[in-house]
Amino acid sequence: MTQELSKQSNRLQDGGRIDRSKPLTFTYNGKQYKGFEGDTLASALLANGVDIVGRSFKYSRPRGIVAAGAEEPNAIMQIGSTEATQIPNVRATQQSLYNGLVASTTNGWPNVDNDLMSWVGKVGGKMMPPGFYYKTFMYPKSMWETYESYIRKAAGLGRAPKENDPDIYDKMNQHCDVLIVGAGPAGLMAALTAARAGARVIIADEQNEFGGSLLSTTEALNGKPAAEWVAEVVEELSGFDDVLMLPNSQVNGYHDHNFLTIQQHCTDQFADRAPNGQIAQRLHRVRAKWVILATGAHERPLVYGNNDLPGCMVANAVSTYINRYGVAPGKDLVLMTSNDNAYRTALDWHDAGRNVVAIVDSRKNPQGTFVEAARERGISILVSSGVIEAHGSKRVTDVSIAPLNEVGDAIVGSVVKMAADTVATSGGWSPVIHLSCHTGARPVWNDDIVGFTPGVTVQKQLTAGAINGAFSTVQVLDEGLSAACDALAHLGLSKPDVVLPEADVIEEGKAMALFHIPHTKPTSKAPKQFVDYQNDVTAAGIELACREGFESIEHVKRYTAMGFGTDQGKLGNINGMAIAAKMLKQTIPETGTTIFRPNYTPVTFGAIAGRDCGELFDPKRYTAMHAWHVERGAKFEDVGQWKRAWYYPQGNETMQEALDRECLATRNSVGILDASTLGKIDIQGKDAREFLGRVYSNAWAKLAVGKCRYGLMCGEDGMVFDDGVTSCLAENHFLMTTTSGGAARVLSWLEIYHQTEWPELEVYFNSVTDHWSTMTISGPNSRKLLEKLTDYDVSKDNMAFMDWKPMTVAGVPARVFRISFTGELSFEINVQANYGLHVWKELFEKGAEFDLTPYGTETMHILRAEKGFIIAGQDTDGSVHPFDLGMSWAVSMQKPFSFIGKRGMQREDCVRENRKQLVGLKTLDPKAVLPEGAQGVLDPKAPIPMPMVGHVTSSYWSANLNRSVAMGFVKGGLDKMGEKVYYPLADGRVIEAEICSPVFLDPKGERQNV
Amino acid sequence: MQHYSGFGLLKHSFSHHENWQRVWRNPTPKKKYDVIIVGGGGHGLATAYYLAKEFGVTNVAVIEKGFLGGGNTARNTTIVRSNYLWDEAAHLYEHAMKLWEGLSQDLNYNVMFSQRGCLNLGHTLQDMRDIQRRVNANRLNGIDGEVLDAQQVKEIVPVLDCSDRARYPVMGASWQPRAGVARHDAVAWGFARGADTRGVDLIQQTEVEDLIIEDGTVVGVRTARYGDIRADRVGCVVAGNSSVLAKMGGFELPLESHPLQALVSEPIKPILDTVVMSNQVHGYASQSDKGDLVIGAGIDGYNGYGQRGSYSTIEHTIQAIVEMFPVFSRVRMNRQWGGIVDTCPDACPIISETPVKNLYFNCGWGTGGFKATPGSGHVFAASLAKGEMHPLAKPFSMFRFHNGALVDEHGAAGVAH
Repeated sequence: MTQELSKQSNRLQDGGRIDRSKPLTFTYNGKQYKGFEGDTLASALLANGVDIVGRSFKYSRPRGIVAAGAEEPNAIMQIGSTEATQIPNVRATQQSLYNGLVASTTNGWPNVDNDLMSWVGKVGGKMMPPGFYYKTFMYPKSMWETYESYIRKAAGLGRAPKENDPDIYDKMNQHCDVLIVGAGPAGLMAALTAARAGARVIIADEQNEFGGSLLSTTEALNGKPAAEWVAEVVEELSGFDDVLMLPNSQVNGYHDHNFLTIQQHCTDQFADRAPNGQIAQRLHRVRAKWVILATGAHERPLVYGNNDLPGCMVANAVSTYINRYGVAPGKDLVLMTSNDNAYRTALDWHDAGRNVVAIVDSRKNPQGTFVEAARERGISILVSSGVIEAHGSKRVTDVSIAPLNEVGDAIVGSVVKMAADTVATSGGWSPVIHLSCHTGARPVWNDDIVGFTPGVTVQKQLTAGAINGAFSTVQVLDEGLSAACDALAHLGLSKPDVVLPEADVIEEGKAMALFHIPHTKPTSKAPKQFVDYQNDVTAAGIELACREGFESIEHVKRYTAMGFGTDQGKLGNINGMAIAAKMLKQTIPETGTTIFRPNYTPVTFGAIAGRDCGELFDPKRYTAMHAWHVERGAKFEDVGQWKRAWYYPQGNETMQEALDRECLATRNSVGILDASTLGKIDIQGKDAREFLGRVYSNAWAKLAVGKCRYGLMCGEDGMVFDDGVTSCLAENHFLMTTTSGGAARVLSWLEIYHQTEWPELEVYFNSVTDHWSTMTISGPNSRKLLEKLTDYDVSKDNMAFMDWKPMTVAGVPARVFRISFTGELSFEINVQANYGLHVWKELFEKGAEFDLTPYGTETMHILRAEKGFIIAGQDTDGSVHPFDLGMSWAVSMQKPFSFIGKRGMQREDCVRENRKQLVGLKTLDPKAVLPEGAQGVLDPKAPIPMPMVGHVTSSYWSANLNRSVAMGFVKGGLDKMGEKVYYPLADGRVIEAEICSPVFLDPKGERQNV
Repeated sequence: MQHYSGFGLLKHSFSHHENWQRVWRNPTPKKKYDVIIVGGGGHGLATAYYLAKEFGVTNVAVIEKGFLGGGNTARNTTIVRSNYLWDEAAHLYEHAMKLWEGLSQDLNYNVMFSQRGCLNLGHTLQDMRDIQRRVNANRLNGIDGEVLDAQQVKEIVPVLDCSDRARYPVMGASWQPRAGVARHDAVAWGFARGADTRGVDLIQQTEVEDLIIEDGTVVGVRTARYGDIRADRVGCVVAGNSSVLAKMGGFELPLESHPLQALVSEPIKPILDTVVMSNQVHGYASQSDKGDLVIGAGIDGYNGYGQRGSYSTIEHTIQAIVEMFPVFSRVRMNRQWGGIVDTCPDACPIISETPVKNLYFNCGWGTGGFKATPGSGHVFAASLAKGEMHPLAKPFSMFRFHNGALVDEHGAAGVAH
């Protein structure tokens, strides 16, 4: 153990919540280091005396660890021991140390300690004020993308892995009475109170253990170390069944209706890959009746020259490293403060046996418990002073201190230089109001605490503790109790017995509003004074933005990039606003804030996606005969969510050979299509018929029971959006079919119209797509085949075209529809889905003598195109009405009520001449197949832009006709039969085609009527 | 106007950047202008710029209720492309594209227009038919475009999952090499600076509370901050708030205002060089110069003016992105935000005269207005200057919803509305 310690030059001999008996080994930038269980990566790096943890984004300046929590801007690491488990941009202050952790810095070449880019920063930095890139890189014009490639290389922090993520993530929906965000003193007190009252409680904290500030305080509760009180409360809470405690869990977003998201790190603190079978992270989607925000506050650093040198830290962070992690990150400390609170850092430093060079207090006459304690220890206090600049190259070596005037904006005496390796600063505390802001609440400036507190919210939200500007432990505990009591009262629960623990009484003097320490030189000439470390935003930069006219704080933010980093300006924003306000001669509240948005801290994409990727991204729908298709070697096509058999190649057949075979077999004997995916909607009710008449463009009043009819469905604009056959099953009972991909949309459409426009109609809709297996047998032998499976009389006399009959097929009850999408004699057999495969197989058994041939969607497309039948979605695109399709026969303008789209399709532009109309296209070269999507022109020699007359919607090689067939739109095409259209293709060819009827085969429709 | 250049930066570095001029003034409005533009977003500022620069109309005010470029200009995902299907839309967006191609130099302000190309993926046979149709139309309209197969797509974007393991495998894509991204704020600021220099008054933090209409003719606007400001012509370019302004004019527009959300990851090293969009998987992404993955998808289904959306939309968007780019799973989402988009029934804008004389509207850009910014501004400026709609604007009259001459771009609008 001594050996472990000796290597950790900044590790204290005792103290802290680390377990010195459990050493851990980790790798940082290729070198091995030791830490202890209980460390964060940041505390372990500091313990090992690592000063530089990153290089700044614009100027490549060396950067060290500044803070101890979510607000850390600099220590952004690449984590991961294998390629697949790389995680970019992990904040070292939030990463628990584990054995074998591999971390590296994200910038710096050849390494982070000696970065050659820093010379560019030093030399070129003067030319890089905020927004410099808007003012240059414009000439010559062609060079921008070259400049940009260098900018892109320099930007970015970590990198994405190159391999797929091996981890799994999941989600949980949670409901609770009270969600408490933050398990510091306020949160714990609130949780204890709510739990004892019997409320369902969730309490979440971003750290690996509950306690918040109490884990790093030297204050006592009930006369004992505060951490003991924490342990007691945690133990009691864990005894309640209705209390869910979530450590390592960030509440990242606060959305409408008290919906919050929590990202729980389940295994990130143990390894970069979740142990087998475990969930790496879980996203809790919480609907809380009440929310108590006990999110605390972030200490604000002060802004002074070279305040980004490693060794410059936020005061409280220094205390946290000493008290919680047993690490004193330096030897000689200068503390600069505008308040009493930060004096604790000097006390902690001193008590850890290190040298406090001086406390530099901007106030004239500091007084209070901590101030007295410092004086008792003999620590030198320089009043009315500020640190104006830090000196050093890779770590602070000296600081310059100067006397300040009363308001802290001017130097009023001579500068002294003191040696120090650590500068801790405090400008007061900024309440963590981020979640409250997510709800749309505008924060309110509070002069007493020099910070923004949550504003009025419309959510059921309460706040407690430092978020309200209550900073003393006594106050914080009390606020936790009373917030819980408020929540309980709202929930109708009675207040339980709870006694506040006794805390030390601390007197604190008034803090001073101080943000930016003046320098002997004007800001523009002074050494860089950083406001936002991550984006290299300086005080001079903010002043320049204001001078240039960027006066709205949103403009300042966007022009300087302040707050745009992964820390979202947690440390810098208030200082930046204060500097802008001063430039604009406004108050801070007049200048206003930018808006905090989710996430509070970054959230892994995988955790948000959860399991809904890959196999579970979207359900795959299979028909009952799917396995048969697979066995038969079918290729599949995605149609909506369905996997449909596309074609069935045999042996070494090419796709075209397979299609030719399927097409010929169907027209010459009999083919079979699995049509189960067609949408099916069962429509019942006494007004069902009336309803159909209103949603379809054609007439339905006279459709008799036992009859089927094709219909077109149009939008309000009169444009076709779906089609299908609807059959009358009984007087008040219909079965509607839709396109496979359009089924859900059509059902919604019917419901929308029923529920919003015609609620007086008595009609009910039910999706029955999955209930039925549908197999279409088509071809001259289809009747003979059907006769082998049923005793029912399916002759033409008993079952005419467009009839449907109930019968038994292959021993199971079936609905058989004599409808045809191929133009052949055709029967559509519908059986209950779980009989589907049985009937299908029976058909094949009996169909062997007819060489029954299965065909897929592609052959279906060809066969219907030979007949000129449209496919909604392929031959329509939402811009054509039934008349454009040459389907005026499917429109009844005489219906008494009207129908959806009637008015739309009669508008001026919809009845004009020369609209694009669907026609057949016969290529002059019968072997030439027009590419679908080809655009037609009348003059292929016209200059570009060439006037186009319409595109090819469907085009195939027809084995039956031994030529190509195509359909497409042509302006005024229905009146241009026999005229030529030219299709200039991307490869330079021009295909010539003649406008013709889209019905290439059996124009009289005799084949389907036999 | 102070000229911007690398040399200027060097020169100003010697005086510690203390002498840069203001980018725009902060004027008190005059009593009367030739033209008032309501709305100081990208389109409004572009209109003002081109009015002054191309049409010599400099007695112009832009009245903005918040800060310049603070609406959808500040919230979009910065994609610029012109591969639209129908002639009317394609010519309009291509007009914008041509202006984009010289915009930084024209404005002397680097808007960082970067032509890194845009892929619109196809995942089904019908997607591929639609892509063929659109690319063929683009080609004959003089707009660059190619149809790529899955292998070619993979070569351009190696991190895209083009394997058969995907739920909807990539079958191919349309590829517009001249498409790309630009720095959205810079576009607003560049136009603002150019307009201000030419005498246009940019009036920020001033909300228009009413339109002043006399005898069916608009004669000015009423503001709380400065009272009545009169003008010969008024152009409203207020995106999600267009219906509100139209109501002041006493008419209705066929617009629905929806929340549209977007999000960014933390900055990472360059990994995605082009814009990748998928309608079927329903998400799109590009990577900014700063390293953020800039991600978006469809609108939230409900109507609202809240500039915030629902979390389920964010979840679906991220699912789509991780589905397309499995290696992004361990990348982390930094921020999300929302804007209000004014969507038209045909997914095309309204650039139009109105029932009120001398009152013009430019709105309805829905989810895709940013890419049109210079073109939209230019044709609207021409129309306002001449009192007659620019030929490219004519097909986008609001009266097309009466006569049925819609330009239905739902298919080409990128990610479905």
